[in-house]
Amino acid sequence: RRMAGSMELPTKGGFSFDLCRRNAMLEKNGLKMPGFRKTGTTIVGLVFADGVVLGADTRATEGPIVADKNCEKIHFMAPNIYCCGAGTAADTEAVTDMVSSQLQLHRYATSRESRVVTALTLLKTHLFNYQGHVSAALVLGGVDVTGPHLHTVYPHGSTDTLPFATMGSGSLAAMSVFESKYREGLTREEGIALVAEAIRAGIFNDLGSGSNVDVCVITKGNTEYLRNHELPNPRTFVSSKGYSFNKGHTGK
Amino acid sequence: QAAPGSNSRGLRSGGTEPNASSSSCSARSPPRPHKPTSPDQQRRRPPPLLLLPPQSNSAAPVPATPAMSIFEYNGSAVVAMVGKNCFAIASDRRLGVQLQTVATDFQRVFKIHGKLYIGLSGLASDAQTLYQRLVFKHKLYQLREERDMKPETFASLVSSMLYEKRFGPYFCQPIIAGLGQDDEPFICTMDCIGAKELAKDFVVSGTASESLYGACESMYKPNMEPEELFETISQALLSSVDRDCLSGWGGYVLIVTPTEVQERILKGRMD
Repeated sequence: RRMAGSMELPTKGGFSFDLCRRNAMLEKNGLKMPGFRKTGTTIVGLVFADGVVLGADTRATEGPIVADKNCEKIHFMAPNIYCCGAGTAADTEAVTDMVSSQLQLHRYATSRESRVVTALTLLKTHLFNYQGHVSAALVLGGVDVTGPHLHTVYPHGSTDTLPFATMGSGSLAAMSVFESKYREGLTREEGIALVAEAIRAGIFNDLGSGSNVDVCVITKGNTEYLRNHELPNPRTFVSSKGYSFNKGHTGK
Repeated sequence: QAAPGSNSRGLRSGGTEPNASSSSCSARSPPRPHKPTSPDQQRRRPPPLLLLPPQSNSAAPVPATPAMSIFEYNGSAVVAMVGKNCFAIASDRRLGVQLQTVATDFQRVFKIHGKLYIGLSGLASDAQTLYQRLVFKHKLYQLREERDMKPETFASLVSSMLYEKRFGPYFCQPIIAGLGQDDEPFICTMDCIGAKELAKDFVVSGTASESLYGACESMYKPNMEPEELFETISQALLSSVDRDCLSGWGGYVLIVTPTEVQERILKGRMD
């Protein structure tokens, strides 16, 4: 008698396709597949004199609705490597978490600081294996023994190595800022200001991006994660009265 | 030589086993006694799942109705809010089959342990299956660790269970609410493939979510005491489900503080 199921045996990890048959039947009967939470997004990165600066907005959308007004899109990969994610929120979180764990195990095995190209190769092989169905578009940046590096990773698994990069629905707005104002050898303050300006361009001109600016500065031996570095969209004109309901207002 | 009818087909003995993947549910209820079905009873059995109207072959073309989303099959509304050292989680009580109401006392908020609750909106059968699997995993955790799971850990568990089914998901949007370390309230929600959203104020899900976003956004205040929190979350829930055909028919509100749990049923519009 078949006793083995996903409950008794410990799961070996990876995806499980148990429900695909049932979902295909539902689709045949007229189901509309649900929309997943996306990160709309403007994510950017640039290389400056001493390292890399990454930036991201903080809006998560579900169709036209803002699901999260202050989400975190700059994910930790290693103490010296961070990764911004655009696309399907669950995919970016899962893939960055997974590669972050793999990097940690690799650090234990090699007793060395992780390199950006290691993270890059792990990400691109995973995404290529799933042929773009894992919809994660990433800007990966960090500083290792070989110097500062900045890469973009596309959902199908291709990568680019660039001095400045933008991804997401707000990438065109942010790229226009970079193309006009970027130059080599920026200082730290100039780098942060330029990244913040590019993200603001995405926030104000792209409907899929909004809320606040997150910045992460990575230099040799030091990383600073400036969460909510700028808050250009505060909630104003809040009624001081608010809504207050007396006790017993709702019956029973 | 294998005798006919023996285990010649390997693990499958007897041909009546249902589809393999669905037989792994551990919480199988004992088989119900067989009742003879009269023609009346047979006619009253619910129709099979049909999201599109059946194709008619007649000459006159039937105007096509738009396909319904799977989340709108049963209808639901769940909301959770954070107060001062307490939290509230509330849901509506309607269970429907598309536009027909089938039950008015359906439970969507489930207890995991004394200080951790999960509300599941979306397809009702997936909500119940997911809840049963989570209770199973939590019980094993309790046996191994000799303590209850923290809300943050539980949220990660739910997220990874949902992401495991990335390409064939459960059609559920969970809301997790609990009291964590030092009785600090914790709430979070995720989409049907496990993208976690941690919030400090409120989280919403279900067919009434758009109205709930608006109602909670205006009515919420930080650091509300349990009494005021109950009033606020109830008003937000009732006003939002009134603007949604698929959810409503009353409300169920749970207020959880470090010392007690209050359950209340709300009477709402029954339409």
